[in-house]
Amino acid sequence: MTKTLIRGARILGGQPQDVLIEDGVVAEVGSGLDAVGARTVDGDGQILLPGLVDLHTHLREPGREDAETVRTGTMAAARGGFTAVHAMANTFPVADTAGVVEQVWRLGAEYGWCDVQPVGAVTVGLEGRQLAELGAMHDSAAGVRVFSDDGKCVDDAVIMRRALEYVKAFDGIVAQHAQEPRLTEHAQMNEGTVSAALGLGGWPAVAEESVIARDVLLAAHVGSRLHVCHVSTAGSVEIIRWAKSKGWAVTAEVTPHHLLLTDELVRSWDPVYKVNPPLRTEYDVTALREALADGTIDCVATDHAPHPHEDKDCEWGAAAMGMLGLETALSVVQRTMVDSGLLDWAQVADRMSARPAAIGRLAGHGRPVSPGEPANLVLVDPAYRGQVNPADFASRSRNSPYAGRALPGRVTHTFLRGVATVMDGKLA
Amino acid sequence: MQRHLISADDLTRDDAVLVLDTAEELAQVADRPVKKLPTLRGRTVVNLFFEDSTRTRISFEAAAKRLSADVINFSAKGSSLSKGESLKDTALTLEAMGADAVIIRHHDSGAPHRLATSGWIGGSVLNAGDGTHQHPTQALLDAFTMRRRLAPGTGHDLSGLHVTVVGDILHSRVARSNVQLLSTLGARVTLVAPPTLVPVGVDGWPCEVSYDLDAVLGRTDAVMMLRVQRERMRDAYFPTEREYARRYGLDGERMARMPEHALVMHPGPMNRGMEITAEVADSARCTAVEQVTNGVSIRMAVLYLLLGGSEPATPAGTLPGTEGQTALRDES
Ligand SMILES: [Zn+2]
Repeated sequence: MTKTLIRGARILGGQPQDVLIEDGVVAEVGSGLDAVGARTVDGDGQILLPGLVDLHTHLREPGREDAETVRTGTMAAARGGFTAVHAMANTFPVADTAGVVEQVWRLGAEYGWCDVQPVGAVTVGLEGRQLAELGAMHDSAAGVRVFSDDGKCVDDAVIMRRALEYVKAFDGIVAQHAQEPRLTEHAQMNEGTVSAALGLGGWPAVAEESVIARDVLLAAHVGSRLHVCHVSTAGSVEIIRWAKSKGWAVTAEVTPHHLLLTDELVRSWDPVYKVNPPLRTEYDVTALREALADGTIDCVATDHAPHPHEDKDCEWGAAAMGMLGLETALSVVQRTMVDSGLLDWAQVADRMSARPAAIGRLAGHGRPVSPGEPANLVLVDPAYRGQVNPADFASRSRNSPYAGRALPGRVTHTFLRGVATVMDGKLA
Repeated sequence: MQRHLISADDLTRDDAVLVLDTAEELAQVADRPVKKLPTLRGRTVVNLFFEDSTRTRISFEAAAKRLSADVINFSAKGSSLSKGESLKDTALTLEAMGADAVIIRHHDSGAPHRLATSGWIGGSVLNAGDGTHQHPTQALLDAFTMRRRLAPGTGHDLSGLHVTVVGDILHSRVARSNVQLLSTLGARVTLVAPPTLVPVGVDGWPCEVSYDLDAVLGRTDAVMMLRVQRERMRDAYFPTEREYARRYGLDGERMARMPEHALVMHPGPMNRGMEITAEVADSARCTAVEQVTNGVSIRMAVLYLLLGGSEPATPAGTLPGTEGQTALRDES
């Protein structure tokens, strides 16, 4: 296997060092390492992080290959600096059987752009009524540990309780899309001053917060691990902070878009801003940033949700919910968290790699950059300034809310077990 | 005036007064034996209705025809629209047909804005009601009706008037448009509804909110009763029709407590026995029928102003307050 020497990169933002990659692992870290027989990568001025891990990715395959495939989605992931993604279960057919999760897992392994860890559905067909064969999915080649009906909320308290209890047998975790369905009937955007003015159906913060409150109590009662998907409100942060203060095994994620964008953007009526949970207010954005900084929210997860052009090139009410995230996540985090002084690069590595890997129990990811560790690495040029151009994306879809925006930073190299998936910003 | 009319917020005070003045002039034309003007001859106006509303459609149709425009009705019922053809594809079709203006009614809030700004069509877009967002010509015809009755005169706005809007504010595009336009025209607005039918986030609106109809009726110059759909009861917005009517409906007894000059308005269609009793609906104070008549004049004015009239201009027919616009002239 080829050797790669990264010269002078700042590991986790520290002092410049050389990193030698050999046989898929970090062989040596130090100064003036010998480059004989190695391909060298100039890391000058760049930050070296462990490969990013996404707990929340919609790869759309099987069923909606017009929006994304495992291949294009993992290419997008590599471009974004990810070495592992969790593929959400709301596909067609739903990933609620060992067969489907194994298929997705095999496709990921075959293409090799990044590791694909399928998420299993909690209930059959995401219907919320009958538990899917969670054990079979865990025992399959895909080794599923994260279960979610994402896109839908497991709103039945008994089903949720049983799922939380059941997955304890194999150290699983239930990732909840917290959305009280009755409170969000006909919901089109955050409920508040903007929805009042626009006459769009409101998605109130309480519809998220009430489910999270119930779920943390359930998780505590049965002693299970709960993960809260895409936390979007200040009130949710308060509930999670309280649950953590009790020592309960509750973890949470926030999306890049909820760290940057607000519901004021809906005034443009551009459906690229239509997403679930919806964009909230400035107040919520501030609370989410603080919560990610102080660790109340454990990690960033993209909720990468590709949609074909026609599903967004229409009126607001007819448009699909969701936005792309993989190829812009790190830039948004740099903009909102690093450049604002809320996180340093070591903490970015924690929030975007170590913690999500730990929550998903993903071996070989989110590890320190030190000898003997798998060489899942990403090299970032933080000084880069450029405009987001979705036409350049590896994703099959283009529904990025950042199109035309200036965002800082760029992934220049991504390594998956020592093999470059991205070189000089391009797929290798 | 801008090229489109999507929201009452698109109108400045002077724009709005210009529309009212123009409508006043056009209303006089309507009293003549020959009601037709050649103003928009050769122009194509499309009525694009994704939502059933015969009343609004024929009002726009009459307005366009009195200005001699060619009118094409494109409605969801029995057409490709009901079979899932997208707004975009429909727009491209209309563009290919050379529509100068598209009057759109749509069940989704924001659809007219999307139509106007997406680059799908080049003509003017006139919002004839979108979801629970806006219905600007309704607000204009309401303002026109109020001005005629309460503050007549070219160039006047509605300064000093107190208007009360009662009913399902949450789901009402009429209320949203009226709050904006009335405040632009200097009127003071009070919304009255059960708290369930007032939107969360109403605090930013230029109006007051009350849950008590009786408390505001005594000092109102016009009360606008909004249609309340009986289905709202099923969604628990209020317990029963009877209770709604008792607390928020307008009956003869309540009407008697209003100032003598005060108007009772209704955008129609009325739910007699719900928000308004037959006695009030049929009283001389109720302007519902007049509002329908005024609707045609207002829509003529808006079409005229959006499409800039047609050549040739006849100086003798210049409208008051429309300097710089192409003038209207009689069909004779
Ligand atoms: Zn979700």
